[in-house]
Amino acid sequence: MTAPVAGRARAASLEFRGVTKRYANTEGARGAVNDLSFEVPAGAICVLVGPSGCGKTTSLKMVNRLIEPTSGEIILDGANVMTEEVTALRRRIGYVIQQVGLFPHLTVGRNVAVIPALVGWDETRQRARADELLSLVGLDPAQYRGRYPAQLSGGERQRVGVARALAADPPLMLMDEPFAAVDPIVRERLQDEFLRLQRELAKTILFVTHDIDEAIKMGDLIAVMEEGGRLAQFGPPDQILAHPASDFVARFVGADRGLKRLSLVTIGDLELEPAPDRAGLPTFVPGTKLRDALSVLLVADARGGIALDEAGRPRGFVTVDAIASALAEDRPGRNLPA
Amino acid sequence: MSGEPLVRWDWLFAHLGPIADRMGQHLYLAGIAVGFGFAISFALAALSIRRRRVYPFVTLLATAAYTIPSFALFAALVPVTGLTVLTAEIPLILYTFVLFVPNIVAGFDGVPWDVLDAADGMGFTRGQRWWRVELPLAVPLVVAGVRLASVSTIGLVTVSAILGDSLGGLGYYILDGYHRHFTTEILVGGVLSIGLALVADLGFVLLQRFLTPWAARRTEKVRWT
Repeated sequence: MTAPVAGRARAASLEFRGVTKRYANTEGARGAVNDLSFEVPAGAICVLVGPSGCGKTTSLKMVNRLIEPTSGEIILDGANVMTEEVTALRRRIGYVIQQVGLFPHLTVGRNVAVIPALVGWDETRQRARADELLSLVGLDPAQYRGRYPAQLSGGERQRVGVARALAADPPLMLMDEPFAAVDPIVRERLQDEFLRLQRELAKTILFVTHDIDEAIKMGDLIAVMEEGGRLAQFGPPDQILAHPASDFVARFVGADRGLKRLSLVTIGDLELEPAPDRAGLPTFVPGTKLRDALSVLLVADARGGIALDEAGRPRGFVTVDAIASALAEDRPGRNLPA
Repeated sequence: MSGEPLVRWDWLFAHLGPIADRMGQHLYLAGIAVGFGFAISFALAALSIRRRRVYPFVTLLATAAYTIPSFALFAALVPVTGLTVLTAEIPLILYTFVLFVPNIVAGFDGVPWDVLDAADGMGFTRGQRWWRVELPLAVPLVVAGVRLASVSTIGLVTVSAILGDSLGGLGYYILDGYHRHFTTEILVGGVLSIGLALVADLGFVLLQRFLTPWAARRTEKVRWT
């Protein structure tokens, strides 16, 4: 179903160096950014997360210069974004927004091929590229290319939005709350599909969300921002959950951050006890998250369950104790989560 | 007069050629008014969109112009511009502003901001964004304005008959029939003028369907994920 992507461009590294954005009108510092510095290696998903008004969307839009920084530098692939001609810069950065912003007067196929059309690809090549990308995001080109955006569901529109952003094979994608406008079930599916796609594409992605769970799920790196546009903490999800750098971060990630950490680990990562020869125990397919396994065990009031292998044969015994110790392992002092 | 039928068909058939000529003139006079009215209104609308504070004044002037009776305007213009096409067109053009400007402004205002944000973010230049995104999306409301202005102008062309036999389009027959107490002429002028307005309206509806297939298909919304 997924077609290979022609001419895969390498991903670009992205760095914020002391980036500040001040707004003249002083009615609160909404959207302002204060001395933001962090580095995203090529091919990683970096999630900007924080409460509304913390400047995360401002930060994202400074990368493609929809907003220009007051001071500081944004370095894309070794070059300051301010030095490049602005339309050329934007055309090599994918841009996906919550409202999608599909062109209502263009068919799905034309929407996807809009940048190739602007830069003068011929019709055949545009159409081939549009079909390829529609397949890639799980939409049958024959069925979808001739439709108009108004004829799509919310989830389909977001897929088309992602396909459109990928059209020019950008080394960097900016995604501003891309899955926030759809219902939770569709959102989860879009997230899963996007992560699967990203394993194949390995783009550098700057992803904005206000939802900490989405940040934990999507991010290789998370930048937690707080009011006033300051970076509260930057690091991989597990580190942020295990060692929140401040009370703000601890509150923001939530009192259940211990449980959230469990969703980063699957039963495959556990050392298993030998499976007991007993019927009626809960079973877990490979890839089950520890959080889900724990939930199942608690609901079933069982001390443990059977981990299955790919073929459905018992592979070992997962216990509540083993899950608890996995959580405790790299926590110095074994202090309980707040 | 008492034995006179409502429509004297023999007169009608004897005058098909001149009637066709008058219809042509009618469309010509209306076309000039709608064309120039559109061009000027577009400029006024563009100004109003860019300089928002100007918009209330533009609206006020357009409305004020619409309130001036055409006969009064003719009376004021004739000493300056004479019994000419120009005199006939100036009121007709002025009257279109109030129909065009709000529709054009609303058409461009109605372009969703997320679509513009996406276009900017993807690297459209200002010009590309205007031609490829804003203008096409404004078309439905702009065409709605054109329909209103055409129907209104086609009706109003008749009053220019007061400026002399060489003007007025089908209005010539209405005025002439009135002077001669000849109902057939009045009916020919009135009915054909209404007919032209309806045909023009239908024409623009079809034009809009052709220009905006995406807007029509909105109704047959499909939903599946």
